[in-house]
Amino acid sequence: MSHHIIEFEDVFFRYPDGTEALRGIRFRIIHGESVGIVGANGSGKSTLLQQMNGCLLPTSGTVTIGGISLTRKTRQEIRRKVGVIFQNPDDQLFMPTVFDDVAFGPLNLDLDEACVRERVRRALGTVNGLDLQDKPPHHLSGGQKSSVAIASVIAMEPDILALDEPAANLDSKSRRALILFLKAFKHSKLIASHDLDLILEVCERCIVIGEGRVVADGPSGEILSNRTLLEENSLELPLSLQRG
Amino acid sequence: MTFDTHYFDIGRLDRLSYKNTFVHRLDPRVKVIATMLFLFTVISFPKYEVVGLVPFFLFPALLMAIGEISVRFILRKVLLVSPFAILIGVFNPLLDTQTIAVISGIPISAGVVSFLSILLKFALTVSTALLLIATTSFPGVCHALRRLGLPSLFVSQLLFLYRYIFVLMEEAMRITRARDMRSFGTRGSGIRVFVRLIGTLFVKTVDRAERIYYAMLSRGFKGDIPSLGRTGIKAADLTYLTATVAFLAVFRFYRVTEGIGRLAQGLMQ
Amino acid sequence: MHMADALLSPAVGTALWAGTAAVTGYASKRLKREIDDRMIPLMGVLGAFIFAAQMINFTIPGTGSSGHLAGGMILAILLGSHAAFLVMASVLTVQALFFADGGLLAVGCNIWNMGFYACFLAYPFIYKPLAGSGQKPARILVASLVSAVVALQLGAFSVVLETLLSGKSELPFNTFVLLMQPTHLAIGIVEGFVTAGIINYVRSARPELLECMTMPRPLGASVSLRKILAMFVVLAVITGGVLSWFASTHPDGLEWSIEKVTGKGELPEMAQGIAPVLRRIQEKTAFLPDYNFKPAGNEPKKEAAAQAWPGIEAGTSAAGIIGAAIVLGLILLIGAGIRSFRGRDT
Ligand SMILES: Nc1ncnc2c1ncn2[C@@H]1O[C@H](COP(=O)(O)OP(=O)(O)OP(=O)(O)O)[C@@H](O)[C@H]1O
Ligand SMILES: [Mg+2]
Repeated sequence: MSHHIIEFEDVFFRYPDGTEALRGIRFRIIHGESVGIVGANGSGKSTLLQQMNGCLLPTSGTVTIGGISLTRKTRQEIRRKVGVIFQNPDDQLFMPTVFDDVAFGPLNLDLDEACVRERVRRALGTVNGLDLQDKPPHHLSGGQKSSVAIASVIAMEPDILALDEPAANLDSKSRRALILFLKAFKHSKLIASHDLDLILEVCERCIVIGEGRVVADGPSGEILSNRTLLEENSLELPLSLQRG
Repeated sequence: MTFDTHYFDIGRLDRLSYKNTFVHRLDPRVKVIATMLFLFTVISFPKYEVVGLVPFFLFPALLMAIGEISVRFILRKVLLVSPFAILIGVFNPLLDTQTIAVISGIPISAGVVSFLSILLKFALTVSTALLLIATTSFPGVCHALRRLGLPSLFVSQLLFLYRYIFVLMEEAMRITRARDMRSFGTRGSGIRVFVRLIGTLFVKTVDRAERIYYAMLSRGFKGDIPSLGRTGIKAADLTYLTATVAFLAVFRFYRVTEGIGRLAQGLMQ
Repeated sequence: MHMADALLSPAVGTALWAGTAAVTGYASKRLKREIDDRMIPLMGVLGAFIFAAQMINFTIPGTGSSGHLAGGMILAILLGSHAAFLVMASVLTVQALFFADGGLLAVGCNIWNMGFYACFLAYPFIYKPLAGSGQKPARILVASLVSAVVALQLGAFSVVLETLLSGKSELPFNTFVLLMQPTHLAIGIVEGFVTAGIINYVRSARPELLECMTMPRPLGASVSLRKILAMFVVLAVITGGVLSWFASTHPDGLEWSIEKVTGKGELPEMAQGIAPVLRRIQEKTAFLPDYNFKPAGNEPKKEAAAQAWPGIEAGTSAAGIIGAAIVLGLILLIGAGIRSFRGRDT
C-alpha cells in the first residue's frame, strides 16, 4: 500500500521568532514501519511531529503522506489519516469531560451517535480508561491524562500514528499496556521519546535528530547500542542494554 | 482572600459537583431554571420584607441535606463573598431612622428592617447560587445553557474557560509563589513586578492556545465544537421543578410564616 | 465592583439581563461570521488567563493597599470588541457561579458594567483613536489610562443607577455617586497603568503575538461615523433622561440625605405602647401589594405613607416574628433529619 508512506524531503522550518528548528530533514518511512525518533532536548522532535499533519508547514522542502504532498489545501484530508499525540496532555485534552474529549474527533468525522459512542468505548478500553468517562480532565493524574490523550486520537482510527513522549507520566502498568497497544497497532507509527527502552521494544528503526538535522538513521538495535553516538546527543544507553 | 484559598475553594466546589445524589442526578436544565426562579422570587420581595423571606431558607437547606453538601463550607463561602451588598445596605439604618417598632424597649428603625431584608436576600441568593454549582457539574450547566438557547459560541467559551481555569491557576500559583519567595516585604509585589509576571503568564497562555488549536485541528476541528445530545427530561426532573414552583408560589403569595406564628400564639393562650 | 442580587429589583435585573443577552447574541453572531478558527481556543484560554490574573494581588504604590486587574480593557485591546465582550461575559458568569460574586441575576448588570463599556465604548472610541498604530509606548499608556478610567467611571455610575432604580438601598444619589466615582477613578488609573504595562511588555518581549492577534479584529475602520454618532445620541438621551428623572424625584439631593441622617425623626409612639408600633411594622413589611414592575426608586417614605393599611390587627406582626422562629427551627430540623437519615443509609 503506497497509501501510508511518509516522506520528508529537505524539510526546513523556522519559528516566527527566528529559531531554526529543522534544517534539512530527509527520511522515508514505508507502510507498517515503526520508527523511533530520539535526540536531545530542543533538537526538534516535537517540531518534526507537528509537520506530520500540517499544524506547522515547512518553510521549505516537502512532506508527502500517502502520496499526497502536504499543503494548506490538503491538510484537512491528511489529518484524517494521521493521528498526532502531542507532548503535553493538558493541551491535547481541551474538552470539559473525558467522554466529550474522546468523542470530539469521531464527531468531527460526522459519524452517527451510536458509532461515536462505540468508538469512544473502544478507544478508552484500549487505554484502560473506561471508568474515567465522566471526569473532567483536571481531575485526572498525569498518567491518566496521557492515556486519555492517546485514546482521543485512536478514537479517530488513523492510518498513521505520531506520538510525542507518550510514556512520559505513565506508571509501569500503563506503560506496559501502551507498549502492547503500540506493538499491536499494525500501521505506520512514529514515536518521539527519551524512553529509549520503549523505542527499543516497539520500533525496529530509529532516527537520531540533532540541531534540526538527521544525525543517524538505522535499525534500533544498532543505533541504541552505539554509546558514542548517543552520548554526543545527550542520551544514554537504554537500561536494558547497559549491563550487556 | 489569598490566591490559594480561592484556588482550593473552586477546586472543592468543583469536586462536590461530581457527587452522585438525587440532586446531582437531576437534569441540569431543570436545576438552572429552578434556581433562577428561586432567585427571582426572593428579590421580588419588597424592601421591608423580613418575615416572609424566612421560609425560603428551606430550599438551600433541602439542597444541602439531600445533595450532601457541607453546611459549614457553604456558610464560609457566603461569608467570604464580596460584601458589596452589605457595604451598601449598611447605610440604610443610618439614613432611614424612622422608628417602626420597639422590641423589649429597644426602638427598631425602618432602616434596620430594610437592612435585615437585604442581609436575608444576600444569604439566600448567594447560597442558592453556590448550591447550583455544587450540585451540578459545570459542563452540565453549560450544556443546559446551550439547550436553553444561549449562543453556542458563548457556551463553548464557558467550556474552554472551565477547562483551563485550573491549568492556568496552577501556573499563576507557581509564578506567585516564586515571586513571594523572592520578594522580601513588599518590594517584589509592586506594579512593576506584577506587570512582568502577568506579561509572562500572558505569553505562555497565547502559546498554549496555539498548541490547543493544533490539537483541535489534528482531530478534525472545523470551526464548531460538536456535542452529543444528552439525556432527556425524566419524571423526577419534572417532579422537582413542579415542587419548586409550588413551593415558591405558596411562600410568595401566602403569609405562611405569620399563620404558623398565630397558630402558636393561639396554642399558648 | 460587583453588583449584587440582594440589591436588585426584578425589573432592573431583568432589564439588564435582557440587554446583556442581546449584546452577547449580537457579538456571537458577528464573530461566528468573521472569526478565524484560531481565535476560539485563544478566547477560551485568555478568559482563564484573566480569571487567574485577577487573583494575583499587587501593591498600589504610595497607598499600601492592594489591587488587582479587572481585565476588560486589556481583553478589548488584544481581541477586539466582540471577542473581548464574550470573554468578559464568560469570566463574569463563571465568577458568579463559582464565587457567587454578584449573583446569577446580577450577572447581567455585571457583564454590562464591566464588559460593555470597556469593549464597545472605551476601546473603539477612545483607545483606538488615541493609541493610533499602537507603536509608541507613551501613546499606549495615555490611551490605556484614559480608556480604562472612562470605562470604570461608566461602570461605577451604572452600579449607582442600578442600585437606586432597584430601590432597596437608602443611599441618596449624590452620596452614592460621591462614594463610587472617586474610588473608581483610582481603580481606573491603576487599571490603565497595568494594562499599558502588560501591552508594552508583550510588545517588547513577543511583538509577533500582538500582530497576529490584531489582524482578525472585527470592529475597526469599518464602523461608520453615522453609527458612532447614533450611539452617542442614544447614550446622551439615556443618561440625560435618567439624570433629569433623578433630579425631579430628589429635588434637594444631598441636603435631603443629610437631613435624613441627622434629623432624629419623631419617636412619640414609643410611649404609647406596642400596638401602633406594630402597625407601622406591618406597613413596612407589607407583602405583595407594593410589589410591582415599575422601577421602585421613589422615596420609600412617601410610599409607606401612601399605603393605608386598614383593618390590620396589631397581633399580626408578633405572629410574624414567632412564625419566623418556628419556620427556621423546622428547616433546621428537616435538614438535620435528612442528613442523619442519609448518614445511616451509607
Ligand atoms: N513556539 C515556538 N516558538 C519559537 N521557538 C520554538 C517554539 N517551539 C519550539 N521552539 C524552539 O525550536 C527548537 C526545537 O524545539 P522542539 O520542541 O521541537 O524540541 P524537542 O526535540 O521536542 O525537545 P524536547 O525533548 O525538550 O521535547 C528549540 O530550540 C525550541 O526552543
Ligand atoms: Mg518535544
